[in-house]
Amino acid sequence: MGEKILEVKHLKTYFHTDAGLSKAVNDVSFSVEKKKTLGIVGESGCGKSITSLSIMGLVEIPPGQIAGGEIIFEGEDLLKKSEKEMSEIRGKKIAMIFQEPMTSLNPVFTVGQQITEALMLHEKLTKSEARKKGIEMLKKVKIPLAEKRFDEYPHQLSGGMRQRVMIAMALCCNPDLLICDEPTTALDVTIQAQILELINELKEETGTSVMMITHDLGVIAEVADDVMVMYAGKVVEYATGDQIFEKPMHPYTHGLMSCIPKLDGDDTKRLSVIEGMVPSFDEMPKGCAFCPRCPEAKDICRQKMPKLAEAEGRYVRCFKYTQEWEETGNE
Amino acid sequence: MSKNIFRFFNKQKEFEQDILKNGMGYSGFYGDSFKRLKKNRMAMFCAMLLILIILVAVFAPVLAPYDPTYQDYSAVLASPGPAHPFGTDEYGRDILSRIIYGSRVSISIGIVAQVVASLVGVTLGAVAGYYGGKTDSIISRIMEIFQAFPDLIFAMAIMTFMGKGVLNLFIALGLLTWVRTARMIRGSVMQLKEKEYIEASRANGATTFWIITKGLIPNCLSTIIVLVTLGIPNAIMYEASLSFLGIGIQPPTPSWGNMISAAQTFISYRPLYSIMPGVAIMITVIAFNIFGDGLRDALDPKLKS
Amino acid sequence: MLSYTAKRLVQTVFVLFGISLITFILLQVVPGDPVALMLEKRADPETIAKVRHELGLDLPIYVQYLNFIKGALHLDFGTSYFTKEVVSAALFRCFKVTVKLACMSFIFAALIGIPSGIFSAVKRGRGIDTFVMVLSIIGVSAPAFWVAIILQIIFGLKLAVLPISGFDSVAAYILPGIALGARYAGSMARITRTSMLEVMGQDYIRTARAKGVRRWGVIMKHALKNALIPIVTLVGTDFGYMLTGSMLIEKVFSIPGIGKLAVDAMSNRDLPLLEGTVMYIAFVFVIVNLIVDLSYAFLDPRIRYGKGAA
Repeated sequence: MGEKILEVKHLKTYFHTDAGLSKAVNDVSFSVEKKKTLGIVGESGCGKSITSLSIMGLVEIPPGQIAGGEIIFEGEDLLKKSEKEMSEIRGKKIAMIFQEPMTSLNPVFTVGQQITEALMLHEKLTKSEARKKGIEMLKKVKIPLAEKRFDEYPHQLSGGMRQRVMIAMALCCNPDLLICDEPTTALDVTIQAQILELINELKEETGTSVMMITHDLGVIAEVADDVMVMYAGKVVEYATGDQIFEKPMHPYTHGLMSCIPKLDGDDTKRLSVIEGMVPSFDEMPKGCAFCPRCPEAKDICRQKMPKLAEAEGRYVRCFKYTQEWEETGNE
Repeated sequence: MSKNIFRFFNKQKEFEQDILKNGMGYSGFYGDSFKRLKKNRMAMFCAMLLILIILVAVFAPVLAPYDPTYQDYSAVLASPGPAHPFGTDEYGRDILSRIIYGSRVSISIGIVAQVVASLVGVTLGAVAGYYGGKTDSIISRIMEIFQAFPDLIFAMAIMTFMGKGVLNLFIALGLLTWVRTARMIRGSVMQLKEKEYIEASRANGATTFWIITKGLIPNCLSTIIVLVTLGIPNAIMYEASLSFLGIGIQPPTPSWGNMISAAQTFISYRPLYSIMPGVAIMITVIAFNIFGDGLRDALDPKLKS
Repeated sequence: MLSYTAKRLVQTVFVLFGISLITFILLQVVPGDPVALMLEKRADPETIAKVRHELGLDLPIYVQYLNFIKGALHLDFGTSYFTKEVVSAALFRCFKVTVKLACMSFIFAALIGIPSGIFSAVKRGRGIDTFVMVLSIIGVSAPAFWVAIILQIIFGLKLAVLPISGFDSVAAYILPGIALGARYAGSMARITRTSMLEVMGQDYIRTARAKGVRRWGVIMKHALKNALIPIVTLVGTDFGYMLTGSMLIEKVFSIPGIGKLAVDAMSNRDLPLLEGTVMYIAFVFVIVNLIVDLSYAFLDPRIRYGKGAA
């Protein structure tokens, strides 16, 4: 294993709601290596976005609460930083790209104003220097007519263009870590591929590490070195990209895998979808959170939560790979 | 996922059919709203306060220590004391009794003016929204003219034209406040008439009158309830203002507005005389406003402005 | 944008025309003969007829209306029946007073209302938020003329620091300004809070935070510029209302502004004066609305460039 840029240990992020305590991120540990890409996969509501917001220190407190854990970034615990120190890290050392390019840009400022803001803030550039650098960034993310686009407003750009602007904004201060939260979900398929390619290219060029959050294993296949699968606030499988695609071990990962449409496959074959939905926090089952939807669930799965345990050179949270599996009978 | 969406649509349909069938309401919907309202403590407190104010208005003869028009010349402008908690006015009338009786004027004017405003507003709003086109643009222009017309001058003109009486005040205030209701109803009806079930009843040969009265207006009911609740304090304020200017309720009938007007001469040595009726107005208006806000949040969150 | 402006202008003219017609009709049906009021009881029928003729009141109603419109187009509303003052001159005289009162109350309302609304939104759910909201609901619910009297009692009589009437010094406008501005301050605080809360939940606020902009920087720059759009609408219309004069406040403080002019004109059946006043008020109202509508474009680039780019 290479040098770690980010190490999250036992992170717990809870939300106090009217309906009770929601454990959105429940004891999650992982790390991102330098110049590598970690993919975090899961359906919406599994806690992956909250994980990234916790790293950024952008969880609203209250109703949110960081109930425990550490977030070690470049040797220092981000959870111990003051708001002022965090605002110097955000945008400078850790940058983030969000899911909705249509709403993530401020409609009343020009593209240029929004890109140069971080440059002037963190790099202390003058207005004209920032403008030069900003246009350079727009060219880097392959926006045609960069000089013209620089002075336009977000609504004058297409969704793909806006996401490029977001990327330019995120990368303008050469961050050490780039968090991408579903960067392609809201885009057309052809644009999706272009954006992923762009992220990959820029990652190679700048040497930044990437945390790619997505519900789409197809995206993971394109970019990730390591993969962490999350379900209901917990890690269920943590492996290298090759391992996952070679053999998904957790039944949930397996389910996600069969959701990827295969272009070479038979068109008429129905895409298999995992039955049911992620349980909401107030109806969380007693045992394994996935067992109500799991085709292989046994009694033991309903009774207690399996541990995240090492199996075949990776981590899996499933009784299938434990001693107990053989000992317990089927229903 | 998709199953859930269908269930949602079915529920929505049931709800709409139910409304069509029963005309008035869907107990589930109103039950839920009531639950939401009950959670809002401020609103519930104001609801109690309103009930109290209404009870005071109804039982004014029992509660008031004196006849509000009884003139006691031996106690002109008496200072507050055991006999007259808020003192007496320039004719020796008990101020507390006059405030208690004043609630009758404010509450009844508030309510009746809103009934008038709703009748005019709902009718014109529904017609404008339903027919659209030329009818709509004529009604919309009328609304604009009414909005741009100086409100108090309009009320003054109406009152001078029809004479200064309570009945005329009802009408004047109703005419002053119908535009907001009409606007809201117009908007709601425009949206509703595109809904499938309205189209369906049209296809089944329902008359326009039936569609408007049985299909559209019941669906706007929660909007109307909220508008009336929030319109009452508005009308109360108008009444107070007009009475203060001397063209609303005429003495000796006590109204909070005309009391403040009369008290103005004596502010230097009987400040309580002008303060207390204002407190009464303020409490009533606040109670209606907060309760109305709560009702809006509970019944019709989309109305939030 | 251009066609929209043109359409709005046509509508404006239409509304003003409608108002002139309604005023005219209202004044025809309002009982009480202005001439009889003017000449009081001593006049014999012959004199009344003579005066009616001089004032053009013996002409058919539609001719009277046309004459009125013709004059109004040149801002000529005739002369007051009572004071014999030229109506436009009287309007201008009162306007100068009303405009001072309006500015005073607007400054008070905006200075108190908008910042406390922002603060309330930022500290949502905390004590300060509740405090601001309670104050604002009191401001909105207390009758302005009553607030005026309370202010007179406290600052004019008990503390004796400010004049309770008059219109010739800046100090004289302080109490009326606050009394008139109180409810506007309340409604501004409420709309600012609502608008800020809505904007602060938007994705682009999170983006700005992720860029490392400080909390207050995000609030004052990214959030406020978006939240300002609905606020400007309200604030603009409020200022319009203030410019039309307040009969109530002007009565309490004996200020000879537009409001007092309207009350006097109404009680005297002073037709030309009333026509002029109503037209002035309606004009201000309509124009302010027009300006507010068009100012959207300056604040919201989606409208400014929307049509051109598409």
